[in-house]
Amino acid sequence: MNNEKTTIIAAGAVIGVIASVLVLFGNPVNMGFCIACFIRDTAGALGMHRAAPVQYIRPEIIGIILGAFCMAFFHKEFASKGGSAPMTRFTLGFFVMVGCLMFLGCPFRMIVRLAGGDLNAVLGLLGFFGGVLTGVFFLNKGFSLKRSYRLAAWDGYVLPAVQVVFLILLIAAPAFIFFSEEGPASKHAFWLISLLAGAAVGALAQRTRLCMAGGLRDVVLFKDYKLILGFVAVFAAALVTNVVLTLVTGTPYVNFGFAGQPVAHTDGIWNLLGMYLVGFAAILLGGCPLRQLVLSGEGNTDSQVTYLGLLVGAAFCHNFGLASSGEGPTANGKIGVIVGICVCLIIASLNTFKKGDK
Amino acid sequence: MKTVDARGLSCPEPVLMAREALKTKEKEYMILVDNMTSRENVTRFARSQGYDVKVTEKDGEFTLSLRK
Repeated sequence: MNNEKTTIIAAGAVIGVIASVLVLFGNPVNMGFCIACFIRDTAGALGMHRAAPVQYIRPEIIGIILGAFCMAFFHKEFASKGGSAPMTRFTLGFFVMVGCLMFLGCPFRMIVRLAGGDLNAVLGLLGFFGGVLTGVFFLNKGFSLKRSYRLAAWDGYVLPAVQVVFLILLIAAPAFIFFSEEGPASKHAFWLISLLAGAAVGALAQRTRLCMAGGLRDVVLFKDYKLILGFVAVFAAALVTNVVLTLVTGTPYVNFGFAGQPVAHTDGIWNLLGMYLVGFAAILLGGCPLRQLVLSGEGNTDSQVTYLGLLVGAAFCHNFGLASSGEGPTANGKIGVIVGICVCLIIASLNTFKKGDK
Repeated sequence: MKTVDARGLSCPEPVLMAREALKTKEKEYMILVDNMTSRENVTRFARSQGYDVKVTEKDGEFTLSLRK
């Protein structure tokens, strides 16, 4: 028992350090890694959207999925499973991205932003917690997306294989892949560093089941503090690393305040509502975007479909002007978040109060 | 002995089902799960409720035997 807690604290600390150090190696400030932003960049590189500043095949995402895949395979935990409401999960994944791009970050980046002194993320965290509480309300009433089943043995390999293809496209850099020349996606560590960092995070998260949404959920539901300790360790380690980097390099890596934060805006209510949507949808999905990537690597095709939802959601957000920028949210983004919250309420209600066979 | 079949379900559902079942406070339970995360989480929960947990595995499915 204590062993499990020690392990997740150690893993969380390593992940927090990795997140901060990636900035030193060239990733955008307060964005050592971010599942939502990096899937969005990948969507852009593939030409699914044409927002010039956010196009790059992020090796961190590839690394997380393949790192989790290797770890699960090694421990004989890899299994092709799926069939638990895939279209519902696709939809939830889509709206998780809408919420993330309102706030400008996934739950993981929210922690990284906090560790960089970005106080806008405090409102994000409040919203996220509210979303988790709403999700837990439905869980307690019996919400379920029903069972998953064993699938054809090779089905679970599809997304990891696609990630290998993405890696080849990144390295070969054919003309039809877009790479930002300026903006957040032009800032990145050397691909091998990013890939290895991602793989380490994926492997550690697979072993420890680290999940940002699950951490808060388990405390509320069961008074189980295991996952939240990982969450806290990420924050503490990233903060300490940022302070050390500030002292060593002379460049400020921690900067407390609301205004002028990197890749962030100061519209509190929409930071809150964006992350409310993310927290709510993540509980319905059973895990935050990071956890979805890890489960994808374990052969869970429901999570792989969720990844597709995130990818399509990201493209949609940039094609139709839903994504926020440093200047603030857009009108379309606000509509998207409200629609997303309504969709989550409908999905939660339909799968809670109208019970089918379980 | 009460049996809870949580195969195919992912966390937190197996733990919620276990929590519901444990309300009847029987001496023994059998809980079926099919992934490691659920195995760990249900085990942790059952232990926190004062049960001894024994796990047997067959073809990727786990049978958790709870005994007080």
